[in-house]
Amino acid sequence: MIIEAQKLFKEYRMGGTTVAALDGVNLNVEAGEMLAITGPSGSGKSTLMHILGCLDRIDSGRYILAGEDISRLSSNQLAEIRNRRIGFVFQTFNLLPRLNALENVELPLLYAGLAHAKQRAHEAIAAVGLTDRAHHRPNQLSGGQRQRVAIARSLITDPALILADEPTGNLDTRTGDEILTLFASLNATGRTIIIVTHESDIAGRCRRQIAMRDGRIVAETRN
Amino acid sequence: MLISTTIKVGIRSLWANKMRSFLAMLGIIIGVAAVIAMLAMGAGAKKTVMARIDAMGTNLLAVRPGQTGMRGVASGTSQKLTLEDAEAILADTKGVQRLAPAVTGSVQAKYMNHNSRTSVVGSSVTYLPIRDFTVEKGKAFTETQVEQTARVAILGPVTVDNLFGLNDPLGETVKLNGINFTVIGVLKAKGFDFDDQIIVPYTTAMKQLFGLDYLREIDIQAEEGQNLTEVQDAMTVVLRKRHKLLGNAPDDFNVRNQADMIQAAQDVIRTFTILLGGIASISLLVGGIGIMNIMLVSVTERTREIGIRKAIGAKERTILLQFLMEAVITTGLGGLLGVVAGAGAAKVIAKMSPNFATEIEPFSIILSLSFSAFVGIFFGFYPAWRAARLDPVEALRYE
Repeated sequence: MIIEAQKLFKEYRMGGTTVAALDGVNLNVEAGEMLAITGPSGSGKSTLMHILGCLDRIDSGRYILAGEDISRLSSNQLAEIRNRRIGFVFQTFNLLPRLNALENVELPLLYAGLAHAKQRAHEAIAAVGLTDRAHHRPNQLSGGQRQRVAIARSLITDPALILADEPTGNLDTRTGDEILTLFASLNATGRTIIIVTHESDIAGRCRRQIAMRDGRIVAETRN
Repeated sequence: MLISTTIKVGIRSLWANKMRSFLAMLGIIIGVAAVIAMLAMGAGAKKTVMARIDAMGTNLLAVRPGQTGMRGVASGTSQKLTLEDAEAILADTKGVQRLAPAVTGSVQAKYMNHNSRTSVVGSSVTYLPIRDFTVEKGKAFTETQVEQTARVAILGPVTVDNLFGLNDPLGETVKLNGINFTVIGVLKAKGFDFDDQIIVPYTTAMKQLFGLDYLREIDIQAEEGQNLTEVQDAMTVVLRKRHKLLGNAPDDFNVRNQADMIQAAQDVIRTFTILLGGIASISLLVGGIGIMNIMLVSVTERTREIGIRKAIGAKERTILLQFLMEAVITTGLGGLLGVVAGAGAAKVIAKMSPNFATEIEPFSIILSLSFSAFVGIFFGFYPAWRAARLDPVEALRYE
């Protein structure tokens, strides 16, 4: 079991009112699953993604990631978890504009203080088919290429879990399709992948789908 | 993350904003340059003044008539210094090697159609060795010439220039206040204001030139190794006795001790240097505030970058170090450039005015470099801390 989450609660204050972004979410994810979280905006799917990605903390509940209880860790320990156990892929790619593709991919290894960073970054770039673009900066790459760089970066520390937040949202259909194919092939090699999306055809390519509304899981389907 | 990587990242982001980084640095450059230049001027002034005091001779006490009273009201009658006073001091004070009575005044010196206003010192044969003068051309006057009230004069090199130009002055006659004197010697140049004066026998000066029966000054040279203050105290006792001063009556003469002069000059220069350095370091402080300002803007502007870095595993400490490093690189580099600029400024100042020496001490470089590094850490810390404490979710949302 990669993820064991029980009764996750998270509230936000918006002006005077309190919004329950997560209202008692229970979620278990097995290793090697490919899971889609869907729902309209404001349904809490982004919040769930932030919680699962250890970017944010829950108000109450229990979250165990790869056997480790996350609920009580310090922000430094969370940074370490994000570095080693989780790979992020964002809608807007979130590459550092001043670094080239290779340096972007290398960065998590530098933060981890791991050896052979350059060589591993080269391998990761090769794995997403961008060897000839390794020394280009993000603004010299197409959207699809940027997302591939981001995926290479998410894989570089060999994490247990890949979290993708609307990974095809800024891409045309054909490129989006290529990215999803890349995710599928990664999943085939045993990676656990969670994709947050509001597009049903993207969700349809995942074996398991979870629908959220008002901070709760309202439906679950498996293909 | 390795420190070398942090430095590389810091330099890279500074380079990405060249203009802004340079302007931020400029405050530090100016501040450090000002500190270096001010301290160099202080050190130069100290060297000049010490050389000036040294050129007066060594182990000197100068006695002059007048009261040293602090209250500003002269009480009792003030006595004059006489030749007998000088003889008594020489005879009765322990530790005195030699002394020279002196009368001074300003005269109009004339040779052919050249005129010059200059000062005349009338003194004994001991004056030249006490005051560390050497005769370069011709010779000094003798005891006999002093006794005979001879009208002979030794001229300073500047006075020679003024009156004779390139002509040989030896054996020529100059008119001092209308009285003819034969030039028998020319002094070797010593620098400062010592080179424009005329030295004549005190007998001639007192009787013929100024019409005085008292002295303006007695220059006393203590024996080598004597404590000047002890000699001064002994001399004061002798002179008080001769002037019949009893009990608490204030001295009717005034002793300047060379050791005290050195001390006083050093104190003044030190105060001055601290003052100038202090003012200069305020500009360094202002530069530091400029750095903080730029850093805060930079942190806000790079909120998203910070969010990304945090998402992929940068710890708070790593982010803090990254921004701190940028600040320290800015001030460190600015400090180095400031040292170069300050040294250049000091050289220019020294070139522009020949009387103003500057000297750059290694200490001042170390001081200003470490101060600027400190400024970087101090003013860079708050922006870096703000960056480190950013919430990753908020930071990633930032547009």
